[in-house]
Amino acid sequence: MNIQTTRPRTEAETGFLALFDRLDLPGDNKVKTARSEAIAALAIHGLPTRRVEAWHYTDLRTMMHKALEPASRPDKAQAEIAIGNRNWLDDFFMLPIVNGHYIPELVDEIPEELIISALCDGESAFIDGSLDADNAINILNTAFATDGLSMIVDEDCSPDLTIGIAHVYSEDQPAMTATRNNIVVCDGASARFSERFVGPDNIEYHSNAVTNLWLGLNSKARWVICQEEGDQATHLGQLNVTLGEGAELDIYVINTGSKLVRCEINVIVAGEGSHLNIRGVNLVGDKSHVDVTTVLKHNVANTTSSQIFRNVSTEQGTGVFQGQIQVAQIAQKTDAAMACNTLLLSDECSFSAKPELEIFADDVLCAHGATIADLDENHLFYLMARGIPERDARNLLVKAFLEEVLEDLDDEALSDILIHRIDRWLDARQ
Amino acid sequence: MLEIKNLHARIAEDDTEILRGLDLAVKPGEVAAIMGPNGSGKSTLAYILAGKQDYEITKGSIIYNGQNLLEMDTHERAAAGLFLAFQYPLEIPGVPTMTFLRTAINSQRKQRGEDELMTPDFLRFVKEKAAALKIDMAMLKRPLNVGFSGGEKKRAEILQMALLEPKLCVLDETDSGLDIDALKVVSEGVNALRSPDRSVIVITHYQRLLDYIVPDSVHVLSKGRIIKSGDKSLALELENKGYTDIIEDAA
Repeated sequence: MNIQTTRPRTEAETGFLALFDRLDLPGDNKVKTARSEAIAALAIHGLPTRRVEAWHYTDLRTMMHKALEPASRPDKAQAEIAIGNRNWLDDFFMLPIVNGHYIPELVDEIPEELIISALCDGESAFIDGSLDADNAINILNTAFATDGLSMIVDEDCSPDLTIGIAHVYSEDQPAMTATRNNIVVCDGASARFSERFVGPDNIEYHSNAVTNLWLGLNSKARWVICQEEGDQATHLGQLNVTLGEGAELDIYVINTGSKLVRCEINVIVAGEGSHLNIRGVNLVGDKSHVDVTTVLKHNVANTTSSQIFRNVSTEQGTGVFQGQIQVAQIAQKTDAAMACNTLLLSDECSFSAKPELEIFADDVLCAHGATIADLDENHLFYLMARGIPERDARNLLVKAFLEEVLEDLDDEALSDILIHRIDRWLDARQ
Repeated sequence: MLEIKNLHARIAEDDTEILRGLDLAVKPGEVAAIMGPNGSGKSTLAYILAGKQDYEITKGSIIYNGQNLLEMDTHERAAAGLFLAFQYPLEIPGVPTMTFLRTAINSQRKQRGEDELMTPDFLRFVKEKAAALKIDMAMLKRPLNVGFSGGEKKRAEILQMALLEPKLCVLDETDSGLDIDALKVVSEGVNALRSPDRSVIVITHYQRLLDYIVPDSVHVLSKGRIIKSGDKSLALELENKGYTDIIEDAA
């Protein structure tokens, strides 16, 4: 006999429902309907707990304490200041999103091969994705997204152009941002994207960002996520990708910021002959909780994917990697490889790794491996025996371990930036 | 240069006693060979000199240039001029050899209060020493020792030694795994470093290496003690008679 009892709502859950009633968020009727459906889903499911399989290691219901007011849209001058001192690469074509609002006033002339509009200006097509209990990021985003980018990259786009999407939080009070980007890379196009999240330390703001990315026939793209939010931030990110026939995508993700991170990468490998690479670095320190969850669906034959994550957990950090690979029955000749290697550097830190393979085809190569270790004492001794003090020797080995995943990145300038982020994080540890 | 007195040491993990009252003195400029059968404590002695944590010193002392070596950290010993050429140099993936060399040289210079070596000077220095050891610069672009052959690893050790310019070199079975040609190159590298103010301890099983690196003194290590010392002729005697006879004679 089962008696279903409803759990009492948390402060955050109650807050979100009340907030939704009060806010008047942009969008046409279709969008408004989608928003209502999303908030209804939240009312039913609540925030996910450990009992929701996909959130087993990250109890969002316990960890997300509050619903915050949406951050306000800055004027041009405020946005300029917020963006101004963020040293990113000079030669990026930069699209600034400040406090969850796209700021077109700060955009240089848009290259001809791009069609860009603010999400709220466009058609209502931006709302999709499931509203199931395990899709809390999309539920919250659908209900509360204030803005974002709609972008179409046409076939003339040159691979020399890097499109930077700079998410900057600049309020001095805790607030919420929710943005949604829809990006289409047309058949035969090449595009490089660099997405970066930054914000101030010591402020418990919430950042929610969903990107839907479609890669057309024989298109090529690189997507970089550099998450370096403030040290008390909650970052909920979701990248949803659909790969067309012959498409190639390289994803680089580096997490160095935030108190609480859930970073989801969902890829539908939908076109034959397509290839996906994911390389990730997760730096988990202080009392932060960093969860990276990937779901790859190989739905057609003759596709390949490769994922390598390198993680360092230290102090009282808790890290999570969940990697699911689904191979459909017709997806013969799939070649999917996944590796998750972690260094645990303190007694109080932890890391959970959960590789999951669901294979219904019978002629596939699927490899997965997870290792968790401390630094090799013999390696340390060797370096110290050459005069390198222990702390430097440790950092040298940790850097080496992490930077191996960036070796395939044939972009020295970007690689230097990411390495600099790693160095800075390491230098901040004692 | 080095004075070891009545050294007793055991493996920290399981209390196995390895060194049982070892005495050894090495003068500046001296090349001392330590020979002995397997398990006599040769490598343990090398590791203890370099400062490996796996051993516990229960008795005795090691004085290095007037300093109590046992109170110094591993990296401090290196900066003070002690160099251990490893029997099995470690492969360290992800650390480019050049980065490692520069970090090591500059860490030592910093500890000694000297200016760091600037990149152009460093590169010139490495090129010059590498050429003498027939080491291709391309090899040094690879991660440290990764994919190096046995001979390349040993040559890389000697290159490190040449670059770090230590005062006391400890060569732990540097001849193991080397063919004759590589042995000659490595020996020439060591001989080039011989000088009146630099001492070398050569640890080896075989007399062969000592044909190339001719020692000033030879010491036989057995069961954790030096049981016999002599000049280079002792090495030849060992080669002819084997360890068993010498050990029995000494007992």
